[in-house]
Amino acid sequence: MTVIATESLSKRYPRVTALDRLSMDIGPGVTGLVGANGAGKSTLIKILLGLSPATEGRAAVLGLDVATSGGEIRERVGYMPEHDCLPPDVSATEFVVHMARMSGLPPAAARERTADTLRHVGLYEERYRPIGGYSTGMKQRVKLAQALVHDPQLVFLDEPTNGLDPVGRDEMLALIRRVHTDFGISVLVTSHLLGELERTCDHVVVVDGGKLLRSSSTTDFTQTTTTLAVEVTDSDEHPDGTGALRKALHGLGVDTQDDGGGLPGAGHTVLLEAAGEETYDLVRDVVADLGLGLVRMEQRRHHIAEVFRTKDAESTEDETAETAADGAQGRAASERAAAWAANTAKTATTAAAEQTGGGSDAR
Amino acid sequence: MPADSTQIHNIGYRHYDGPRLGRAYATRSLFSQSLRGAYGLGRSAKSKVLPMILFGVMCAPALIMVAVAVATKANDLPIDYTRYAIVLQAVISLYLAAQAPQTVSRDLRFQTVPLYFSRPIDRVDYVRAKFAALSSALFILTAAPLIVLYVGALLAKLDFADQTKGFAQGLVSVALLSVLFSGIALVISAVTPRRGFGIAAVIAVLTISYGAVSTVQAIAHEQGSSEAISWLGLFSPITLIDGLQTAFLGATSAFPGKEGPSAGAGVVYVVVVLALIAGSYAALLRRYRKAGL
Ligand SMILES: Nc1ncnc2c1ncn2[C@@H]1O[C@H](COP(=O)(O)OP(=O)(O)OP(=O)(O)O)[C@@H](O)[C@H]1O
Ligand SMILES: [Mg+2]
Repeated sequence: MTVIATESLSKRYPRVTALDRLSMDIGPGVTGLVGANGAGKSTLIKILLGLSPATEGRAAVLGLDVATSGGEIRERVGYMPEHDCLPPDVSATEFVVHMARMSGLPPAAARERTADTLRHVGLYEERYRPIGGYSTGMKQRVKLAQALVHDPQLVFLDEPTNGLDPVGRDEMLALIRRVHTDFGISVLVTSHLLGELERTCDHVVVVDGGKLLRSSSTTDFTQTTTTLAVEVTDSDEHPDGTGALRKALHGLGVDTQDDGGGLPGAGHTVLLEAAGEETYDLVRDVVADLGLGLVRMEQRRHHIAEVFRTKDAESTEDETAETAADGAQGRAASERAAAWAANTAKTATTAAAEQTGGGSDAR
Repeated sequence: MPADSTQIHNIGYRHYDGPRLGRAYATRSLFSQSLRGAYGLGRSAKSKVLPMILFGVMCAPALIMVAVAVATKANDLPIDYTRYAIVLQAVISLYLAAQAPQTVSRDLRFQTVPLYFSRPIDRVDYVRAKFAALSSALFILTAAPLIVLYVGALLAKLDFADQTKGFAQGLVSVALLSVLFSGIALVISAVTPRRGFGIAAVIAVLTISYGAVSTVQAIAHEQGSSEAISWLGLFSPITLIDGLQTAFLGATSAFPGKEGPSAGAGVVYVVVVLALIAGSYAALLRRYRKAGL
């Protein structure tokens, strides 16, 4: 199923070409639209909402043509603009109720959905106070709530992390993830930070100067290049725990590397390619057999930016839009790995605690 | 696993399967919200003060007149229905200056307009809802004292046919006035969204145009050019209404020397009034063509 499809979509303003023959297919899930300032992200959203006609090409949202079915599209999607859009003198509840009615919800349903939605985005008692007194984080939540209140099938979130501090950013990203996983609503979210969409999105589309740079599933490449970083304690039996682990792994035919970062303690970190769950099991067993404490075992994901950089270098002209189908597979794999890592981490700390008799120095 | 706060509150997401009432309903909702807002209803107590005071000021003279008429058993009301709004035009201007910016400028200033247009309604619906809302609010303000006068006249047992005819003419006149004045005030407010500027601009346009027209009319009256007086009335909103009702709604003109337009010139008045209303509507649509995009 395709949620958003564009075909040779162009938007030219008198002086700039905001979108240049953009063709892509986006499936359900969370899709990141990444690009620098002026890349054409907001322009694309306005075209997809049927608010601004394309100069050339076609686009469809939820199977509806943006040029002819704008009204129907806007009934089924939500939109969170990048700029401030909230009147300061009304409360979040009043505002969101009004916006729900603007989406066609009857008065009683509008009130009920508003209460639900504000709770889901994390606004409680403060929702009765005028918006003027809210923090940026709370305002972003109100903006998100008005985009979700009519239970759309798809939401366009234009730079939802704008102006948020690192904690607020993480909370917003987690919330966006939930919009898809818990609410079942597909998301198109824009950002100019490639990195921050890595963990949130199933699929990332990179645009630059109105051109499609790349469209691919995030887990595709973050998964295949996962590196495992392992740190162990020393024991009386093995004064050089790291060396022992390295040797034992070599004995089992697993290649390891030093942490070449030159950071303090780099010599105590063993890096190896994680092929799947077996690798995690293997490391845990080997460490246990050696009687060492497992200080740390974590995935080292490559930053999306790096991946794009290297891939772009390999194939600059490769502007193919992959389908989201392989993204789904990749995601499943990554979720498995993440769950596994969480489990292992628990085991690891327990193991470390046993080995060092207290584990106060185990991280 | 410890139950953290998000889990206590999280009872799961529920989808909405109920009706979606679409564009027409959304437009009506926007209309009623804006109309209520024009009297401060559904808003803070502070925003109710001015419109309610002005409503009181608008109706008070009518109540006094009615009381006097009933008490003295007068055989006519001291004022024509059609004249009432002309006499109290300052109150109308103040009301518009306060409420027209409130109706449209807030959405522009706080950039809420794109949120409306990201929903099923389009700019035509938006402009119609806002235009209709302010016109209705102004009609309530101007028709209420006429109702007071009419009810009082019937209580004072004045001639029923006479009073009913005058009342009906008065209602037509204030209806036209409401649409004309609202259109002008909305256009002014929509192009001056900054706080305070809209208020000043609406007051300025309504009072300066009236001041200029009546001054020039007075000079023309001194020089005895009665023809000029009736044409000069075309250049301010309130004199337009005055001229139109003098020609067609049995009103006595408030122009100097009561030199209102003849029926022939009255047609020009009607055309100008309708053109201004249509022009305001078109200008508003134009204003929102790019709003937020
Ligand atoms: N209404 C307009 N008239 C003329 N040019 C426009 C208009 N809207 C956008 N542009 C131009 O189109 C280009 C793309 O703008 P757009 O707002 O889509 O970028 P963006 O990716 O959203 O950037 P940002 O990260 O800054 O929000 C820019 O060069 C911008 O100046
Ligand atoms: Mg933008």
